[in-house]
Amino acid sequence: MIKIQQMEEKKKNSRKFDNKLNAKPNKFWTGNKLGSIGAKAIEKLFFISAAIAVLCIIIITIFIFYRGTPAIFEIGLKDFVFGGEWKPSGKLYGILPMIMGSIYSTLGAIIIGVPIGVFTAIFIAEIVPKKFVRIIQPAVALLAGIPSVVYGFFGLVVFVPIIYKHIGGSGNSLLATSLILGIMILPTIISISVSSINSVPREYKEGALALGASHINTIFKVILPAAKSGILAGVILGIGRAVGETMAVILVSGNAAIIPSSLTDKLRTMTGHIALEMKYAMGLQEDALFATGVILFIFIMIINLILNIMTHKVGE
Amino acid sequence: MKGNIKVNEYVLKALIWLSAIFTIGILLWILLYIVVNGIGVINWEFLTSTPREVENALWPMIVTTLYLVALSLIISTPIGIFAAIYLVEYAKPGKIVRIIRFATESLSGIPSIIYGLFGMTFFYMVFGLSFSLLSGAITLSIMVLPNIIRTTEEALRAIPNSYREGSLGLGASKLRTILYVVLPSALPGIVTAIILNIGRIVGESAAVYLTAGMVPEVPTSIMDSGRTLSVHMYLLASEMIDFDTAYATATVLVIMILVINLTANKIGLFLNRKRNI
Repeated sequence: MIKIQQMEEKKKNSRKFDNKLNAKPNKFWTGNKLGSIGAKAIEKLFFISAAIAVLCIIIITIFIFYRGTPAIFEIGLKDFVFGGEWKPSGKLYGILPMIMGSIYSTLGAIIIGVPIGVFTAIFIAEIVPKKFVRIIQPAVALLAGIPSVVYGFFGLVVFVPIIYKHIGGSGNSLLATSLILGIMILPTIISISVSSINSVPREYKEGALALGASHINTIFKVILPAAKSGILAGVILGIGRAVGETMAVILVSGNAAIIPSSLTDKLRTMTGHIALEMKYAMGLQEDALFATGVILFIFIMIINLILNIMTHKVGE
Repeated sequence: MKGNIKVNEYVLKALIWLSAIFTIGILLWILLYIVVNGIGVINWEFLTSTPREVENALWPMIVTTLYLVALSLIISTPIGIFAAIYLVEYAKPGKIVRIIRFATESLSGIPSIIYGLFGMTFFYMVFGLSFSLLSGAITLSIMVLPNIIRTTEEALRAIPNSYREGSLGLGASKLRTILYVVLPSALPGIVTAIILNIGRIVGESAAVYLTAGMVPEVPTSIMDSGRTLSVHMYLLASEMIDFDTAYATATVLVIMILVINLTANKIGLFLNRKRNI
């Protein structure tokens, strides 16, 4: 009995709903006034979604600093940043070796990656026939898509043994790290350089060629200087990627917390340092790892700032 | 003097060719080396059994990876697309747009290990989440958000204004124009962005390792910890014991990325063809 009543009720309700739909054409979909409540709500939703990105960067920044700075003060800024020894058992928390490790390996990556990247970009933008560009550009995209662990593994099974056999040291070294990082930043540098070379006005090139300059001369004397700031932006983006790379570096760097003095020495970067010890660290050691995150974050922020200033200059 | 210039030109030209050959060569070297060494170990049992049934089998890692991809996309895609719609269709150039743009640029510059640190402790402190798929997926969603916003923006901007004007002129509301005219035309571009993001999520290891953990079991809920293929790959490579499984796992990863990139590329070509007509 009760069930039947409920069913009746339901029917009534659904009829009411139908009537509602029939009586008024659904304003939400057909209404032309932007002022309708549905459209307003959805517009708000769009805005909130865009605001989430801002919220995320604020929360991440505040949280990393909130979690990391106390340890810096507890250890002492000087002992932390310029301390040469990391021995949590002996209460020594110096991360200078890791900072230098990050700087050295990034420098090495630039020395290897920038010339090869820029030359490859010239090849794609200026030298190779159009139909081959369709093959090379996806190849570069694929290079960007290969996971960093796969790069690290490749470095570990190919580069490390070669260096061990023919150059010396244990193989896990600054050289291996620079090589892998140099290859990993190639796609970033190539794709940005190609687009900045392509955006150099045609007239520049035509003018130089008409004046009798050879193609190569035109590329190096006219096109590259005109594309300079774009290429530099690509390089800085590559630096950001090299500084932030973690898993590939752990696999090939050897991870010894010492400042490398030669190409075949082991090293440890800030990123590797955090990833290696975070899983088991406790107390002040854990806090010191967050503090390392703060220093890394500051590095990245400086790089981003330079990039930001540069890209805005390009825009003008 | 003149001869000198000629020689210089030949040297430069040679360097350009060598660099290009190096770039393509290293890609082929990596792909072939890994696939040749790994493909022999891969068979159906290896891919679809748990490690308890067949030693070193990958099934839990594959499932975890798929879960994590799905979960991250569910969270990040709507937010990213909505944000892009706001930036392209609604926002007026000015301070707010500049702030949002700065935020997305900064987000894309942050290293994954920082995301890992953040996700690992923040979600634990605020929501009580320990190592879990959910924690990993939220972290990854923030990571891929700038990407999806930027590519969707580009896709939306590529839609000619005449489409919008036509729709508005026929009497459709702005929202209806966006949902029924602008978005469908931008769909291939958006899909390409989503596919490339899948690649990024599959390949990510540092952030996932610190947030989703590394339990090699098939997760039963989003609160479980799980080990993705990339994290598995990292653990195998750092232990350096079982090279066969490491090569095989790397092969699976490389083939996945290959398929993802080819698909994105095909859609891109389709897009170009459509535009040229």
